[in-house]
Formats: sequence, structure tokens, C-alpha cells
Amino acid sequence: MNSQTLALPAAAPVRLPPRPGYWGMVGGRLRRDPVTVVFCLLMLAIVLAAVFAPLISPFDPYKESIIFRLKPFGYRGHPLGTDELGRDILARILYGGRSALLMGVGPVVFAGLVGGSLGVLAGYAGGWVGTLVMRTMDVFYAFPSVLLAVAISGAMGGGMLNGMIALALVFIPAVCRVAETATTQVRGLDFVEAARATGAGHLMIVRHHLLGNVLAPVLVYASSLVSVSILLASGLSFLGLGVRPPVPDWGLMLSTLRQAIYVQPWVCAVPGAAIFVTSMCFNLVSDGLRSAMDVRLR
Amino acid sequence: MPDRGGPAQPMLIAAGLRKHFPIPGGGAVRAVDGVSFSVAKGETLGVVGESGCGKSTLARLLLHLVRPDAGELVFDGEAVGAPRGITLKELRRQAQMVFQDSASSLNPRMPARDSVAFGPRVLGRGPAQAAAEADEALRRVGLDPMQFGPRYPHELSGGQKQRVNIARALALQPRLVILDEAVSALDKSVEAQVLSLLARLKRELGLTYVFISHDLAVVRHVSDRVLVMYLGSVAESGPADDVFARPLHPYTRVLLASRLSMDPDRRVEQAPIVGDPPSPANPPSGCRFRTRCPHAEPVCADRVPSPGSWDGHQAACHMVHPGSGHSAAALAA
Repeated sequence: MNSQTLALPAAAPVRLPPRPGYWGMVGGRLRRDPVTVVFCLLMLAIVLAAVFAPLISPFDPYKESIIFRLKPFGYRGHPLGTDELGRDILARILYGGRSALLMGVGPVVFAGLVGGSLGVLAGYAGGWVGTLVMRTMDVFYAFPSVLLAVAISGAMGGGMLNGMIALALVFIPAVCRVAETATTQVRGLDFVEAARATGAGHLMIVRHHLLGNVLAPVLVYASSLVSVSILLASGLSFLGLGVRPPVPDWGLMLSTLRQAIYVQPWVCAVPGAAIFVTSMCFNLVSDGLRSAMDVRLR
Repeated sequence: MPDRGGPAQPMLIAAGLRKHFPIPGGGAVRAVDGVSFSVAKGETLGVVGESGCGKSTLARLLLHLVRPDAGELVFDGEAVGAPRGITLKELRRQAQMVFQDSASSLNPRMPARDSVAFGPRVLGRGPAQAAAEADEALRRVGLDPMQFGPRYPHELSGGQKQRVNIARALALQPRLVILDEAVSALDKSVEAQVLSLLARLKRELGLTYVFISHDLAVVRHVSDRVLVMYLGSVAESGPADDVFARPLHPYTRVLLASRLSMDPDRRVEQAPIVGDPPSPANPPSGCRFRTRCPHAEPVCADRVPSPGSWDGHQAACHMVHPGSGHSAAALAA
């Protein structure tokens, strides 16, 4: 072959459009999933309602009335009726969303950070470090999660903060196990070995090669825990261990209204419906996230 | 990278490398059991053997990705890990490895450019400088950095991925490259392209290769010298042409006989070797090949054949060592 046959006209440099990164692809897939979009919007509405409760609430959630107790829907301007102390149900539902969301998201974020770090440590270090961490987590697994949450917050006393700590402790072992499994899988792959072959330190390998691959499974799992956390938190409040009266809280409302179930069954069902809708939102958004993040990577 | 030991100093000497992986419940898999060889500067050493013979463990031992139980490594005259020798970090800068193309050889969450730039980043380059060096390495392996740099592994073909793998190794400007089944998973046509790329890179950059493969034809094509491994130890070593033309070890002979031929008169009608190799956890006494060897005699079970020195053409077989007690040894003498 002589050099002339190789002399091709120099191609003009092609400017390619910027390619979406991994998160760009995930975002694109989320937007094309109608169920997820609808429930994302509903979730957003719930969050906004809770945040701006003072602006949109028709009544003061603490204002009691000895005359208008346990009134039905629409009674004298109370769209969702009143509770056993004559307080407006809608106002209390709106304000109650604050503690529900806080108790739903707070413990999961905390557990995600602590459990995720411990899991990556256990999975990457392996050996006796991994065994120590994972066997410690197994101790928590020995108890049913509801019982554990009740026991911890019972031991520490009620209150919102203690309830959050109790829930976080319940979730840490589960998140840790997911992170450990993902880390162990990634650690054995050739590209991690190739990174070691460059002489990189452990921190650098974990930061550049492990975290990106462990984040997705942990994030998907944690998002599915939010609804569990909301339910457990309501359960704690119901038992008198979470939020304390008179602070508005859905679980607490369910607890105090249950004696009136034969008087005003629909009014008593409202806090339960709020819990149901909110946790369903988080569940469905989590499912959407799971399938959107399942981008073909290999 | 300066040539420290001079041209006569071998690039890498391995002496008595050994790695046993303990099995839970007692015993150990003797993956690599006393392997010695040397690689001269600028040559390609081919390592062949069946799967499970310890080739990949050997590759990892050479970079200390797996810590050897015993044995020494001397890189360009400097003992690895010894006081006053070469540090592990420096070794891994001067010797790099290309892995088999597989789903896991590249980080699925990293664009090709970032994968290649990781090495320079480790060496302390800034992000821009590292990206520039990565682009340079990509260009060397025939990939346009503008087009392929931002691509994720799942957007690359097998051959392109393998080029990125090679670029990743080259980005550290190594002198020795260990190619562990680097072309084995590729289509034949792509394999030929990557092989010619490797040959060109070797010429341009003055590289030394350790080429590990189970494919005899490819090893013969690329290698100056060959090392035949069986069950964790060296069966035969020598210049590639010699070993392929006049194999001394019975294992090498059956290995060569099992090749597929283009000649219909020489087609393989009967498998020259049957069964699987014995378990490396419990290798046979004496010569490891004796359980499958057509020439096995009592002496083979009693004594381990000496592998000889690693210069010239050597085989670890009693038949080629006069006075070993094997009936065929007298004929060889």
C-alpha cells in the first residue's frame, strides 16, 4: 500500500452534541414514565402543603371548641369536619404532614449516610473488619423491626427526635447490608483491579470507582424505606411514643379519633387516608426510580 | 522512563514465585507453585496453558495485585519491595496490565476518557492535564478522543473497549505491559486489528510484553519466547520457534496436537488429551503431568523433574534429562 492511497481528505472536526451523563439518562427515563410523573407531582403537592401549611390552612390547628366536636365533613366551614376537641381536621392534616414527612425522610437520610458508609467500609475492607460490622448488624436483625423501633424509642422516651433516632437505628442494618452487598460485588471486578494496578490508594479507588456503582442500589433501597418510615412513625405516635400531643400528627390523630369511629367514621378515616396516600406516593416514585436507574450499563 | 539496568539487564526476573490460596477447611489451591522466568527488554514472552493452570494468578503476581507467598521479582535490576529496591507504587507505574475484555474491565459509570485519565490523576496530574494525557493515549490506540472520550462502556464495541483498556495501561507510560488474555474474547477480525495495534505500539514505544493466552496460534504469532504452564508450574520454556517446532515436554506436544488444522489430512480425529487437569489443590506427586502423560513411568511419580535453567530451550520432564531414570532419557542423551 503506498502513501497516496492513505491520503484521505482531512475530515472537519465534528462537534458532537453534549452527551447526557448517567443521571441525565435516568432523568430522561423518569420523565417518560407517566405513573411516576403523576405521583411525583402528588408528592410535591403534599410536600408543598406541609411546608406552606400556615398560609393555606383555614383554621388554627390548636384552636379547640367545646361546642363543635366531632362534626361531619363540611360542617360550618370545616371541610373535613372536627375532631374530639373541636379542632379543624384539615388544618391538623396539613400541619401533620410536616411531622410525617420529617419522620419519613429524616431517619432514612441518616440511616443512608451511616449505614451506607458502614456497608462500603465492610464490603471494601472485607476480612475481620467486614465480619465485625456485618455481625453487629445481624444483632439488630434478630428483632422484628417494629418491635425494635418501639423498644428503642420506649427506652429513650417519647418525642419526635427520639422517634427519629429509633427509626434510623432500625434502618441502618438494612441499608448497610445493601451497601455491603453492592460493594462486595463491585470490589471483585476487573476495573477495580486495574485501578489498583495504577498504584491508587484505597480512598481514591473508593471515591472514583466504588461510590458511583454503589450509590444507585442504596438510593433505590432508601427511597423505598421512606414509606416504611412514615408508617412506623405513625405507629409510634399511635402508641404514644412518637410525637406528643397536642402537636398535630397523623398517627396521633388516628389514635385519638379511634374512639369516635362509630360516631364519625369518615372523619376518623381521614388521617389514615393521608398516611396511605403519602406512603403510596413514595412507594410508587421509588419503583419508578428503580426502573429508571436500571439503565443498560454493560 | 529511563532505562536503568542497561539493555542486557532483563526487564523482569521472576524467581520461585509461589501463591497458594487457602481453602476454608484446610488445604490450599496451589495456583502458582515455583515459577521462574525472565523477560528481556523489548521482547514478548508468551505464556500458554489450559484454563486453571495459574496464568492469570501469575499475571497478578507480577504486579503484586496478589501478594506472592514466596519468590522474588526483580524489575530492571531492582528487587520489588526490598529495601533499596523498587517500590510497589513505582513498579505499578512502570508495569501495567491489560485485562481480558469483559463486562467488568471498565467502570460502567465512567466515560472512557475518565477511565483512562484515572492513572494520570493517581500520579498527581490536575484534571485538565490528566484529560489531555488520556486523549493522547486514546489517539495512540486509534480512537478519536472527541468521539469516544465521552462514551460509556456500554456504548463501545468489544474491540473499542479493548482499545480503551490498552489506552488505560499506556496512559501511565509503562515499560512493561502484561496482557492477560487481552484478545481472547474478541472476534477473530477484531482480534487481528488489536494484535497489529499491539505490535505497532510495541515498536513505537519500545515496550516489553508478557502475553498470556490459551490460544497457541496467537501466542506463536506474537511471542519471541514462550512459557508453557501446567497446573501452576512451568512445563517448558524456550524460543517460540523452537518450542513450536520441536516441543520437548509431552504436555506441549499434546497441546500442539490439539490445535485445529486448516489441512484436511491433518484434522484432529481423536482428542490427543482427555479429561480435565487434576485439582491444583491436590496435585499428583512427582511430575504433575504424569496422570495424563502417555510416557509416564514410576520415576515420574517419585521425583519432581527439574525445570532446568530458564535460558535456552528447557523442559521439566525426566525424558529430556539424561540419567533421570526414565527409559526414554537414555535415548535423549
